[in-house]
Amino acid sequence: MIEVNIYLALIAIATLLSTYRVFRGPTTVDRLVAVDIMTTITTGLMVLFALYYGRMIYISVAFVYALLAFGGVIAFARYLEGGL
Amino acid sequence: MNALAIIGEVLVFIGTFFYFLSALGLIRMPDVYNRMQTSTKSATLGSLGVIVGVGIWAIGKGYSPAWIVQTVAVAGFLLLTNPISAHALIRAAYKRGIPLWHGSVVDKYGEHLASKAQAEEAEGETSETSEGVSE
Repeated sequence: MIEVNIYLALIAIATLLSTYRVFRGPTTVDRLVAVDIMTTITTGLMVLFALYYGRMIYISVAFVYALLAFGGVIAFARYLEGGL
Repeated sequence: MNALAIIGEVLVFIGTFFYFLSALGLIRMPDVYNRMQTSTKSATLGSLGVIVGVGIWAIGKGYSPAWIVQTVAVAGFLLLTNPISAHALIRAAYKRGIPLWHGSVVDKYGEHLASKAQAEEAEGETSETSEGVSE
């Protein structure tokens, strides 16, 4: 039996739309904004999976992921600005 | 106990719906500045809803109270860092010279840069004239 979860379905649709912008986006910053949104959505998804599997340690994984994504986006922004 | 689970589930639904809205703004808006404007704010609000909602939902399911502490920590971190990364990205876009959409009417950063350049120019002229007087 296939169980349809409305939260995971909404997250999947949002990620697919962001992926469309990543492939389509006319400029580099468009793609980077889309990737930034995808990392934010992925952080929420990891916390949701922590609840589904009943393991609190997955929230720490989400925390580290958010930290690394923040650093990566800042580094890319500095590089595009020309002052890395 | 059950009321907490229902509150958490409603919060998670609101959060995922805001995720969907942010992705919709990402493909719907005409230029990079508008896309950042619509998507980053609603994604921040959505992740706040999802993460805090998961904490409350876990308390309602009977898990330990450490869940709400950890989820609030992650939510606070996202709330602090998401606007910073969006601001850095969009300043990089402006400095690369990506043009605004033709329907945009306000460009405060451009006005600020122009006024600063003008002030520096005027300052340079006055210093030159003062040097001339002293000589």
